[in-house]
Amino acid sequence: MIIAILTISAMAGIFGLILGYAAIRFKVEGNPIVDQIDSLLPQTQCGQCTYPGCRPYAEAIANGEAPINQCPPGGQATVVLLADLLDVEVLELNAENGDHNEVPLVAFIREETCIGCTLCIQACPVDAILGSAKHMHTIIADECTGCELCLPPCPVDCIDMIPIKQTIDDWKWSLPGEVLAGIESSSALAKEPAHGH
Amino acid sequence: MDIKLSHFNGGIHLDDHKAESLTQPLQLASLPEQLILPLKQHIGEPDKPLINVGDRVLRGQLIAGSSSPISAPIHAPTSGIVSAIEHRLVPHASGQNANCIVIDVDGKDESIEFESIDVSQMQAADMINHIRRLGIVGLGGASFPTSPKLSRGNDLGIHTLIINGAECEPYITCDDSLMQNQANEVIRGISYLQRMLTPTKTLIGIEDNKSKAIEAMKLALQSQPLVNTEVVSIPTIYPSGGEKQLIQILTGKQIPTGRLAFDIGIFCQNVGTCAAITQALELNQPMMSRIVTISGDGVHQPGNWIALFGTPIKHLVGLAGGYVQDGLNKSNNTQQNLVMGGPMMGFSLASDEVPIVKASNNILVMQQQLIAQKPGIHDECVRCGKCAEVCPAKLLPQQLYWHSRSKEYEKAEEYNLFDCIECGCCSAVCPSQIPLVQYYRASKGEIRATQQATLKSDRARIRFEFREKRLLLKKQQEEDKRRLKREALLKRSAEKKDNTQAIDPIQAALDRVKAKKGMKVTEQKNIEGLTAGQQKQIDEADARRRAAREQKA
Amino acid sequence: MTSVIVSSPYVSPSSSLRRLMINVIIGLIPGTLAYVWFFGPGILINISIATLCALGFEALVLWLRKKQIKPHLNDYSAVVTAWLFALCLPMHSPWWLIVVGIGFAMIAGKHLYGGLGFNPFNPAMVGYVVVLISFPREMTTWHLPVSVSGEAYGLVDSFKFTFGMGDSSWDAFTGATPLDHLKTALRQDLPTSEIYQSPIFGKLGGVGWEWISAGWLLGGLWLLFTKTIRWHIPVALLGSLGCIALAFYLVDTETAASPLFHWLSGGAMLGAFFIATDPVSAATTNNGRIYYGILIGLIIYLIRSWGGYPDGVAFAVLLANMCVPLIDYYTQPKVYGGA
Repeated sequence: MIIAILTISAMAGIFGLILGYAAIRFKVEGNPIVDQIDSLLPQTQCGQCTYPGCRPYAEAIANGEAPINQCPPGGQATVVLLADLLDVEVLELNAENGDHNEVPLVAFIREETCIGCTLCIQACPVDAILGSAKHMHTIIADECTGCELCLPPCPVDCIDMIPIKQTIDDWKWSLPGEVLAGIESSSALAKEPAHGH
Repeated sequence: MDIKLSHFNGGIHLDDHKAESLTQPLQLASLPEQLILPLKQHIGEPDKPLINVGDRVLRGQLIAGSSSPISAPIHAPTSGIVSAIEHRLVPHASGQNANCIVIDVDGKDESIEFESIDVSQMQAADMINHIRRLGIVGLGGASFPTSPKLSRGNDLGIHTLIINGAECEPYITCDDSLMQNQANEVIRGISYLQRMLTPTKTLIGIEDNKSKAIEAMKLALQSQPLVNTEVVSIPTIYPSGGEKQLIQILTGKQIPTGRLAFDIGIFCQNVGTCAAITQALELNQPMMSRIVTISGDGVHQPGNWIALFGTPIKHLVGLAGGYVQDGLNKSNNTQQNLVMGGPMMGFSLASDEVPIVKASNNILVMQQQLIAQKPGIHDECVRCGKCAEVCPAKLLPQQLYWHSRSKEYEKAEEYNLFDCIECGCCSAVCPSQIPLVQYYRASKGEIRATQQATLKSDRARIRFEFREKRLLLKKQQEEDKRRLKREALLKRSAEKKDNTQAIDPIQAALDRVKAKKGMKVTEQKNIEGLTAGQQKQIDEADARRRAAREQKA
Repeated sequence: MTSVIVSSPYVSPSSSLRRLMINVIIGLIPGTLAYVWFFGPGILINISIATLCALGFEALVLWLRKKQIKPHLNDYSAVVTAWLFALCLPMHSPWWLIVVGIGFAMIAGKHLYGGLGFNPFNPAMVGYVVVLISFPREMTTWHLPVSVSGEAYGLVDSFKFTFGMGDSSWDAFTGATPLDHLKTALRQDLPTSEIYQSPIFGKLGGVGWEWISAGWLLGGLWLLFTKTIRWHIPVALLGSLGCIALAFYLVDTETAASPLFHWLSGGAMLGAFFIATDPVSAATTNNGRIYYGILIGLIIYLIRSWGGYPDGVAFAVLLANMCVPLIDYYTQPKVYGGA
């Protein structure tokens, strides 16, 4: 029996050494977790998550101070990605922070109403508004993230959120519908409308 | 030259259905009533219109262009009045609209003056410029603008020029028709390409089911011999006309993943483009028309026509004898009765009002629905592996299917999703009739959209961080200014304290005033003959002044 | 106008699942006819009960999963599973054994994984192994061929037997299969020359069994001809089985059976052409299939010679099914233009 114990212990020791060596020799340097979380967030910098920007929210998640479901622009898809990355449970998107817009929106200034007060320029977190005092302001549509932070400061309420224009180049194929072995019942399949573009 | 042919993995043999559209000779299509010219008929930036609504345009006139290097200008194919510049249905898989120039054809077919040019004296750079100016794009299907391709090819150096006359997809015979009827123009076009690119050898690949075309091309080559140029007959198998596959067949080489043919010194051009180059460089005429095949059992007389760009398809169907079945022109999208392109890689059309564009090689009209099952409803994959056997890119379509279906896009990319040429061989052999190519197209679209979104969010992050830095810098600058001011103030007061004379500025000012008071009093004027009242006023004013002075002191 | 957009290719389908399954069923006919010829029609009762139950169980599970029943039943995959399962069972197996086995095969072996296309294990083999281990007595009660036992059972007798109404005196006509007999005798150190004297051994294999195996081979050639299966698995399986059997046979012909015997006995032929080639549970790349076939051939020989069971086809297939993800991963083809 002694021999058996000694043998097993020796094997355990040897394998432990091998594992330890492998852990050091083959160690893979990973990204710091904050950068990884930040790269999944949509960079809208809107503050709807109650943090002043996406990076502070990413840091809060990394510290365990914030749950992963606070970002409306990211939507449920981002929650799932974060859950995957951090190996935690998938939560429902927190509806208190706002709704997730399926169609991306951009801000648009109605120029006949704009008074040139620069309050919106100061509010934009990505400097997407062009203009100066007593001169016309305009939104640079390509840079606008749709965060809506410019709407509250505007004293004449001249900013609208409009959906981004979809052109023929934005169109993409959709996955073929649920397959024959899908989950819908036969009656549901009969009623199912054809899939859109 | 003995060419040893290689072969690519897989591929399938299809019934080619080519004889039907070759029974008639090549014809010139009649002028339609209206031409609809989309502003994007090429890969790259869309063109901008250079004419206005109401203008009369002549055949060959430049009507749209772009300053982007990857673009090609558009010219009016015939004379007429521009009746609109608006969104119209365009030939695109999405069935959506895009901006088009609409010309009401006046039937006179008046041209602009085409200045004569002498191609024999031209340098390569001049030829490339002409090709750009005259709107030449590749007619093989992708419509890549030819001049930037030539420039890049020149920069990288080309040793093998491959001319693609394979035309492997069923039903399509436009290249076959071109080679049979205009072989000389094709050969001359090849000679111009050779002058521009200076390759060491040129191979013209034609599938062996086109014996007449091979004959015609060989004859043309005999009458205009070109150095190290050969017509090569290749075995008929789909998709031997794909650029990657043709290169592999003719040279045995493979294009590395993510690279292009000219990265390995090979330049591939379609026979149609060669003929267009000839027309451009000899006659100074832009691309205004191409040979289009109308095929399928849904029209009475399939055939080939030289059609102007912008011709609505229904005009060409009319030339082909019209629809066999009533109601085919009211295409229900799910029926896939009307397809632009071939059955393997074409796309179904929403209506026959759609025009011919530079990329249109074939219109397929079928009586029967081309796909039997309900869209999206298919049997399960039984992992039979037939798809992998036929894949010309040696991919594992099965794995791509499983990952695309479960939206695991990263894994799909790992299995080389973007190397898929979307030829359709896998879908064609699948016993479960899974629409594999649609899965891959959808996944590619999703991945590209995600990449775009990531780029955008990266830009937003950079702008945000820059803004933070800017605000921080501003705050710091203001603080510094305040600090400097405070320091300067303290410094001045410290200097004053050091000074021994200790001049009190206030006291000095008072002394100055007193000194002034001690000086000669100013003479009073106008004091004779004052009335009692005036004297009283003067005395009161004096009293006030005294009091004020005393207060101040 | 509806707004469904379907992508190319727009071609008529070249084949269908149903076509594949029908080809397999046609391929099974020669062997089954040989079986009936040599052992009587009892096997047809096995097949009938199994088929009916398979379809029934499949319909039940599909209904529970709220899917369309008719299209799935119509692809005949359940029929093929049932037929293969039934052929592995002894003739006159009790009806409840067939039901339990096929139920397990359809429900746990196929539908619990997600249905056709999702099962990692061959369902027929799953069902067979379950009943083999659970009911050893019934599963080792094999009938002797008619020519050996002298007793022929008609359809009615077989029916009675299956449903437990048989005469117990008929048990006298059961006996070991050739493989079973060979194994026990070799363990007792009898030389093969003596073992082959037993009346159950025919020219190349067991009496009756050798013809049945020839029938499977014929059916397999039909499958190859119709391109229902590819050659890689059968060739690799029979090749490796033959090679290892040959090796031991050449060392000592008295302690090992010849490769030809191994090929024509038990489920080797059936396994090579019909069972191991089940596309869902087999390897997918052609290179992978060769490794898969080799593995099965080796394990069959291992189990037949040194394992606890006389025939190892079912276990070999299931073990190889477990290795399929690994085989697939390491036999990926080199992509066009890849490094």
